[in-house]
Amino acid sequence: MAANRFNAFTDYGIGIGLRVPHYQHILSQHPVVDWFEVISENYMVDGGRPLAVLDQILEQYRIVQHGVSMYFGSADRLNKEHLRRLKALTRRTKTPWLTDHLCWGSVDGRYTHDLLPMPYTWEAAKITAEKIRQVQDYLEIPVNVENVSSYAEFHISEMTEWQFLTEVVERADCGILLDVNNIYVSSMNHNFNPQEYVDFVPADRVAQIHIAGHSRFEKYLLDTHDHPVLDPVWDLYARAIQRCGPTATLLEWDDSIPSFEEVHAEALKANRFLSIVKSDGNTTPVCEGVR
Amino acid sequence: MNELKQLQRRMASAVMTPLTRNNGMKPRTAAGHSMRAEAQQFIKPNDRLSSFERLEIYNQQYWFRVLDAFADDFPGLRAIIGARKFEQLSLAYLTECPSRSYTLRNLGSRLLAWLRAHPEWIQPQERLAMDMVRLEWAHVEAFDVADEPVVGPEDLLEVTQATLFAIQPHIRLLQLAYPVDDLLIDVKEDSDQHSNAASNAGSYRRKPHPAVKKVEQLNPERIYVVVYRHQYSVWYRRLTPEAFRMLRSMQQGNQLSVALDYALRGSRLHESELAERVKEWFAEWSQMGWFCKTLDTMRLRVDDSSKRRQDKI
Ligand SMILES: [Fe+2]
Repeated sequence: MAANRFNAFTDYGIGIGLRVPHYQHILSQHPVVDWFEVISENYMVDGGRPLAVLDQILEQYRIVQHGVSMYFGSADRLNKEHLRRLKALTRRTKTPWLTDHLCWGSVDGRYTHDLLPMPYTWEAAKITAEKIRQVQDYLEIPVNVENVSSYAEFHISEMTEWQFLTEVVERADCGILLDVNNIYVSSMNHNFNPQEYVDFVPADRVAQIHIAGHSRFEKYLLDTHDHPVLDPVWDLYARAIQRCGPTATLLEWDDSIPSFEEVHAEALKANRFLSIVKSDGNTTPVCEGVR
Repeated sequence: MNELKQLQRRMASAVMTPLTRNNGMKPRTAAGHSMRAEAQQFIKPNDRLSSFERLEIYNQQYWFRVLDAFADDFPGLRAIIGARKFEQLSLAYLTECPSRSYTLRNLGSRLLAWLRAHPEWIQPQERLAMDMVRLEWAHVEAFDVADEPVVGPEDLLEVTQATLFAIQPHIRLLQLAYPVDDLLIDVKEDSDQHSNAASNAGSYRRKPHPAVKKVEQLNPERIYVVVYRHQYSVWYRRLTPEAFRMLRSMQQGNQLSVALDYALRGSRLHESELAERVKEWFAEWSQMGWFCKTLDTMRLRVDDSSKRRQDKI
């Protein structure tokens, strides 16, 4: 696997998102799963069932934390209470790395609870990178930013999304959680070639990959996480691991969630592509080691 | 102000503007300008969608998300005032009190205060609705607040009248005028049944819940309820006025002797009877793990060791 300093030189394999409807199955059947991704905010509480379940899961499984509201790209300052709780949770889960989105979602202390797209400007890249650095310094674990699906573009943008992502992660010296479904959704919504995106990002910074399903509407695609992964997304996944090497992979399924087995089986389809990369002697993963 | 902040203020203001009745984006901004012109100012159109339509996707996502989360936390209020009025109330509340927290869990944190300032939304059932909101917010809080280390039986051997008992943070004490505890359980059971049967029951959902009518007709009385967490679930239990006052006084940080005095005030119970009851309560409450060790309990140890009156109970 593409172990690098952004995933703490780990080799995590294929995981799925830990979701409430699967709690009982996991705790009673103890299925074999490489790792689970948890939404940090669901467990940034003081007590009760969420933490009790998390502790039980932690006894048997490896967990990686994924956040949805740090809003690195918000012009607002970081929320100290959020950071304090997040750090406490990282100590509990011992997550080797942490992820959140390259987006914004709050302004003047008001939260939209959405992953809103960034304007791709030099100023925004600088502000965002500075905030990622602050978070990384405070949490003392590698932070990786995830590209989001988007439905709008701004007049003031000065570069492409993939140039912006690269500019931010290099300025912040952080890693990337590459969501190939989000790349596909955005490419359809904004008429760009998704392959170009995947080929551009600094492969040596990719710590983790997200795969997921989406929905097609008449005039746009929506990132709904309520379907199996579609073929064009698998194609992008294949291309991404060809560039990055076999990377920790996670399937997101958040709505109309089927049985645990079905979700896990869908995630394990990634093995078809991983085995090719692993067995292909000609492919030298470009993200081995430190850049 | 930097360009990023300007853009974010502009977009957030549009995204958080309430939708039209048909769940579309409003043609006018809050300031009365054309929303179409506003969207064109900062959002690029593409070959399929105008700037307005692209912004509308975010506007809709925002409202669907917060309205859903809010409705999940207040099914009882929804049952009392009916779904249509509840939707309007939610929109008004969330417009005035948008989320100020990184978690949707806190979305309803200002609802009680907001309803006090805007009783018109819950009239003529104001008292019943306020009781329900207090219960539902207590439920949200009791679900995930901290667990403090429990005081064990061995700690209780040391109890004196000067003892300060700390009560678990998840304990919420509510004095109510209507039996909204029973009503909320009915409402939730009913909605579980409906969702299990995948029934849409549209007309039933638009109107106030049938059980509400019965409760509305009751005369207001004094009902004492404790909301608490046990084995990771939230429960409601009725208390006698004496038990309620005793717990409330201890929760406020009073010594046992003060709490006992307060519990007895206005009670019809004879003092000897009360002593019997207190024993029962303490056995039960300590078994439920309602007493906890905090800094105050530590302080009490120091108090105990001084030469105070050591009346064992
Ligand atoms: Fe993702």
